[in-house]
Amino acid sequence: MTLIRTFARTLLGGALVASLAVSAPALSQARDPAYEAARVAGQVGEKMNGYLAPVGDQSSTVQKLVDDLNNRRRENYAARAQAARPPATLQEYAFAQGCILIGRLENGMKYQAPDGSWKTKNGAADRDPRCP
Amino acid sequence: MTIASLTKPAPSAHKPRMGKRTLAGMILVLGSALAGGCVSVNAPDKPIVIELNINIKQEVIYRLADDVRQNIEANPEIF
Repeated sequence: MTLIRTFARTLLGGALVASLAVSAPALSQARDPAYEAARVAGQVGEKMNGYLAPVGDQSSTVQKLVDDLNNRRRENYAARAQAARPPATLQEYAFAQGCILIGRLENGMKYQAPDGSWKTKNGAADRDPRCP
Repeated sequence: MTIASLTKPAPSAHKPRMGKRTLAGMILVLGSALAGGCVSVNAPDKPIVIELNINIKQEVIYRLADDVRQNIEANPEIF
């Protein structure tokens, strides 16, 4: 009886570990697959101001995806800008975020250069001189 | 008895002449118009973009750098 119980416990623990192992890579792929696909296809680019934008004319689906993510970003920026000590403005926080996002962008992704044009990331990005 | 009267009002004995100053002003306006000195205002064909980014100081961006890096780790789904 005790043996069965121990066995059951081991089985349960194993299942728990397995489920954790499954959820770990899922965390690193946190992006919505449609967003990830639009990024890779160069339909969506990272702007200097910390927000996304469709690159050229895109479908209403892509536009909606961009709007939704930008709304969520704005909310996040506003909260974090206010929580910073000393507090920053929404624009300051968003711009600082844009610097780091463009800097960390994978090669082949689109971003906005200081002259306003869309560029494809290839090594070091053409960023605003104020970016860290 | 008939009263003789003029059909038109009697002209003034003195006909006012254009003042020298008025004349000079007119010449000036005419002259500047001919010389192309008119200021013309055309509507811009491009939309006016107010650049808000220029007010952001580098010092502030550097101060926020660590926080925004942590933000990416904390909220990967929106980036």
